[in-house]
Amino acid sequence: MTPAPRRPFLQRLGDRAEPWLYSAPALIVITAVMLVPLVVGISYAFRDVQILNPFSGGFVGLDHFRALAGDKAFRVALVNTFWWTVLTVLIQLLFGLILALLLDTPFRGRGIAQALVFLPWAVPTFLTGLNWAWLFNPTIGPLPHWLHALGLLAEPSNILSDPNLALWGPITAAVWWGIPFFAITLLAALQSIPSDLYEAAAIDGANPFQRFWSITLPFLAPVIAITVLLRTVWVANFTDLIIVMTGGGPADRTQTVASYIFTQAFKRLDFGYASAISLVLLFLLLAYALIILLLRQRLIDRDK
Amino acid sequence: MRAIGTLAHRLAILVYIAFALFPLFWLVKVSVTPNDLLYSEGIRLWPSRTTFEHFRFVLAHSDFPLFFRNSLIVSLATAFAATTLAGFAGYALSRFAFRGKLTVSGLLLVTQMFPLVMLVAPIFKLLSPLGLTNSLTGLVVVYVAFNVPFACFLMQSFFDGIPRDLEEAAMIDGASRFGAFRQIILPLTLPGIAATVGFVFTAAWSEMIFALMLISSNEKATFPVGLLSFVSKFSVDFGQMMAAGVLALIPACLFFLLIQRYLVQGLTAGAVKG
Repeated sequence: MTPAPRRPFLQRLGDRAEPWLYSAPALIVITAVMLVPLVVGISYAFRDVQILNPFSGGFVGLDHFRALAGDKAFRVALVNTFWWTVLTVLIQLLFGLILALLLDTPFRGRGIAQALVFLPWAVPTFLTGLNWAWLFNPTIGPLPHWLHALGLLAEPSNILSDPNLALWGPITAAVWWGIPFFAITLLAALQSIPSDLYEAAAIDGANPFQRFWSITLPFLAPVIAITVLLRTVWVANFTDLIIVMTGGGPADRTQTVASYIFTQAFKRLDFGYASAISLVLLFLLLAYALIILLLRQRLIDRDK
Repeated sequence: MRAIGTLAHRLAILVYIAFALFPLFWLVKVSVTPNDLLYSEGIRLWPSRTTFEHFRFVLAHSDFPLFFRNSLIVSLATAFAATTLAGFAGYALSRFAFRGKLTVSGLLLVTQMFPLVMLVAPIFKLLSPLGLTNSLTGLVVVYVAFNVPFACFLMQSFFDGIPRDLEEAAMIDGASRFGAFRQIILPLTLPGIAATVGFVFTAAWSEMIFALMLISSNEKATFPVGLLSFVSKFSVDFGQMMAAGVLALIPACLFFLLIQRYLVQGLTAGAVKG
């Protein structure tokens, strides 16, 4: 067999370059606005960069990290980040799953009901934060009075200014805003379960709970796992609600690592310190991703 | 037994709807409550008198129309620019098998995973000498970059849904690949393009962190920046604040209605982003 005649060099080059020509504009913008600042930001973590101080800019080595090790507010932020992320994701998942199951059964008016319960997702997050801050405000909102009437609050006060309860404010807002995301994702997964499985189970006399336990849940498990893993990262980094509702207060009791970065950069204009915290956050997220990958590998090995 | 189950199901749906709508209902309620009734009827579900005074004030005597216009310009420009860039890149990802494709997809995915808040400081420092801080153009540039990766995945999934035979037939008939892309594929993807524009618009309309950091003057403030500074300055004018809040809700809800059909696709493509 003779090899196919080689096409002229320029034509081959053109063919090679074609996909790159299509994707170049997007890649250039991403590189310039995300990757370059990422690298520059990492370098700030080892420099003294303060906008208000014209003499700053020098190399300070690991000074920021030493300061960070003794920073009590940062330690509080680490603990807060854990509770904020875990509680938000789990409550969103629980209510999102129930909603998806409710919407999976056909009923009259399902389209409208679906549009209405998904609406919070379209509300801008800054407005979600303000809106819930107003609802928790006893002068203008009903929630403190209702919680008081239910005996959950000793007096109709604002939980956002109560150091022990403040974190529940942003969590409530985040749950309200994020339920649709879980519900939509899980609903899509539910609708891909073949219906003959249910029919067979019904013929075998399985009750609804057995059907949920042995058909629905195993089918949903991978989707739930992936969604929860990705959402955890996203919620951990999500600062809008905290910044709008409490600004990290009272006394740093709602400050998360991500909102602490913003506070340092935006309020103190201390870019060096903010970048050092960013680097720590990045390492924490990488460690999280690594643990997940290892866990996954273990599970796959076990299945073999 | 069956009837009870059905009743419980409908009730549960109603509870969810009430929970979803209540905060928005309260926003609207306070925005139409006259000032003299604001505290005396603070926790009544609907005031005994309603007024549009707060809306009149906000529209006529405040900077909110300006903030609204700034946000509209930024969000529309971002939506169209990001969708254009993502359309090309998504097409490349959908139609070509090329060396480096996995790297490109991986790069796009990574940009969705790391905390954007860590870019606040370096982006401010890098844009400042270019004169792009306190500028709507600067905001658009930043927002386009943040939204392109997600929009790429979305556009790729729309292109994947269109059979390759179509443009292959056109290319056999003598069209160039770009010609086939422009004349055959793009028109078929129009609904997908509209959905992508809607998603990016909504994201840009909601963005607050970078707007707070980059914008320093009232003239350039987008809606979140204007609303938050209004709240910190006039924190007792609840009626006006909430009237402004209702205004911020309008475009987001319009786009929500537009993209509703594509919600599942959008959320799975941007599962990382939300």
